Amino acid sequence: MSGRLVYLDNNATTPIAPEVREAMMPYLTNLYGNPSSMYSFAGEVADGLKKAQASVAALLGATPEEITFTSCGTESDSTAILSAVRTFPEKRHIITTRVEHPAVKNLCENISLFTGHKYRLTQLKVDEKGMLDLAEYEAALSDDTAIASIMWANNETGVIFPIAEMAKMAKKRGILFHTDAVQAVGKIPIDLASLDIDFLSSSGHKLHAPKGVGVLYVKKRTPFTPFLIGGHQERGRRGGTENVASIIALGKASELAATHIGQENSHVRALRDRLEQGLLARIPKAILNGDKDNRLPNTSNISFEYVEGESILLHMNRQGICASSGSACTSGSLEPSHVLRAMGVPFTAAHGSIRFSLSVYNTQEEIDFVLEALPPIIASLRKLSPFWKEGL
Amino acid sequence: MWEYTDKVQEHFLNPRNVGEIDKPDGVGDVGSLACGDALKLTLKIEGGKIADAKFKTFGCASAIASSSALTEMVIGKSLEEASKITNEDIANYLGGLPKEKMHCSVMGREALEAAIANYKGLVLPMAQGEVVCECFGVTDLEIIRAIKESHLRSVEEITNFTKAGGGCGKCEEKLRAILQKTVQGEVAQPAAADKPKRMTTLQKVKKIEEVLEREIRPVLKKDGGDIELLDVDGDIVTVAMRGACGTCAKSQTTIKEYVEKKLRELVLESLIVEEGRE
Repeated sequence: MSGRLVYLDNNATTPIAPEVREAMMPYLTNLYGNPSSMYSFAGEVADGLKKAQASVAALLGATPEEITFTSCGTESDSTAILSAVRTFPEKRHIITTRVEHPAVKNLCENISLFTGHKYRLTQLKVDEKGMLDLAEYEAALSDDTAIASIMWANNETGVIFPIAEMAKMAKKRGILFHTDAVQAVGKIPIDLASLDIDFLSSSGHKLHAPKGVGVLYVKKRTPFTPFLIGGHQERGRRGGTENVASIIALGKASELAATHIGQENSHVRALRDRLEQGLLARIPKAILNGDKDNRLPNTSNISFEYVEGESILLHMNRQGICASSGSACTSGSLEPSHVLRAMGVPFTAAHGSIRFSLSVYNTQEEIDFVLEALPPIIASLRKLSPFWKEGL
Repeated sequence: MWEYTDKVQEHFLNPRNVGEIDKPDGVGDVGSLACGDALKLTLKIEGGKIADAKFKTFGCASAIASSSALTEMVIGKSLEEASKITNEDIANYLGGLPKEKMHCSVMGREALEAAIANYKGLVLPMAQGEVVCECFGVTDLEIIRAIKESHLRSVEEITNFTKAGGGCGKCEEKLRAILQKTVQGEVAQPAAADKPKRMTTLQKVKKIEEVLEREIRPVLKKDGGDIELLDVDGDIVTVAMRGACGTCAKSQTTIKEYVEKKLRELVLESLIVEEGRE
């Protein structure tokens, strides 16, 4: 390896911003007090937490009391969905989509399974562009529905769902609405005060804070039953001593995200488009996955037909380029991505899909490097492929 | 990230014998795009020997490396020698493969067999079996063969080696049944003919646990019962009956007539099963 690192896998995780690292350092050294303690040495720590809570709330257009810190996006998802199920035990129906992250998909499937299918699960279909059918959603909403859980933006394709509208439709029927916004927060503007969303999950490490901290937003007056039961931390909403340094970090990262959101939609979007258009122009039989217009500004998912994703990633890795694939071989399972399959992407393309996800730290020089590096990789693998014929 | 040996990486980055032989004497075409890997092997055969071999592969690094290794292994070998190559041989040649990737080496062996059969004008019996896994088109004959050759003992291992069961998972019960039948057949025959096998205590305990889990527990559970292994001392196996079995008047009969018989049949002829008190 040449020592160069081109990191285009920001939907998997992001580098910690230098300002974030700096903000959390005092809490890893001198400021070690337990925020629940009764002396001013610890009070300083509690103040730090409050400030972080306010910063997260500001980014989301929420009030600080609506913000609870968790350990990760998955915990936030589980807390929200299980809270709704426990609050309304008589309601036995859950609505979600076929393209959710496993944190929601597997949880909902398990609730159905573990209760001996006493829960009915509706997994909404998507079309070939990865978009939902709102008529199907509306028809699924029923008096028996405990919660609808719909991701804001898809992690693999970046496709954005009409969350504002869907939350409103649920509200009209008196149904709780949760959104897994792990990929959306910091990339698109969110103003929860003006929306009918009851629960929102987000994660620190997707927006330049460290791993191990997440956020659950619970709208004021939404009924809530905690998941982790213990002490009085987080006003009884989540027991367990707070992960102070990481929460401080997430507060700082939220401040940065609020200032960067314009850049996400100008600088990052321009780089993503340059990469995408360049690859589609230089490589034959390359197909864009997901709705071109309804997408996060940082994500591009492209299938290179007749070659397999893991092979592409390993060759890219040799040149220090990091990305992901929806191929079967990279997942440890034998089937390609459930998202691409739900969209009906043919196998010839699903196995050769690569997801590029950018951040504000990427540069045009990096993108141009990838544009030079990738075409020969695809060409060399196609030479090996029994399905590839020149001129296809 | 997968942990590939240096040799796998080297064969992946510099694959040998890529391409297709013009007017080949034997062609082996296995796998498919839908399955996520496919291999086309072409052979030049002169005087009963493989004079040249070339491949084209669609798949991950281990599929490409396995194909490349296969061509190096067969060139210069007689057809008889070549047909003795197993998937384990291919994996060993590469210094091993991650267990989830063993099916790549199986694909290599299958392509070789198909190419030799094609040369001889034969139809492979494997393809004639009954398809068990519809997602990946794997037949019962292929599964039975993998169980026997690679000594597979769980459904997960069958999936790692043949891909069967790795898709929708609907065939899991069928795979379990095939495994059970094949393993029983295997153990019952040599056990009768050979002298008692030597097993370490650890092997014995593991095997007993496995048979309890796979064979015995499901049967007991049907009647609301269960069984727990308390101890293994030499050939004395101490168990406790749980659930409905724990209070059943016939639990002694179940232990002697069913549990002991099963363990003797599938683990070791000399085992004695007793009910334990805690």
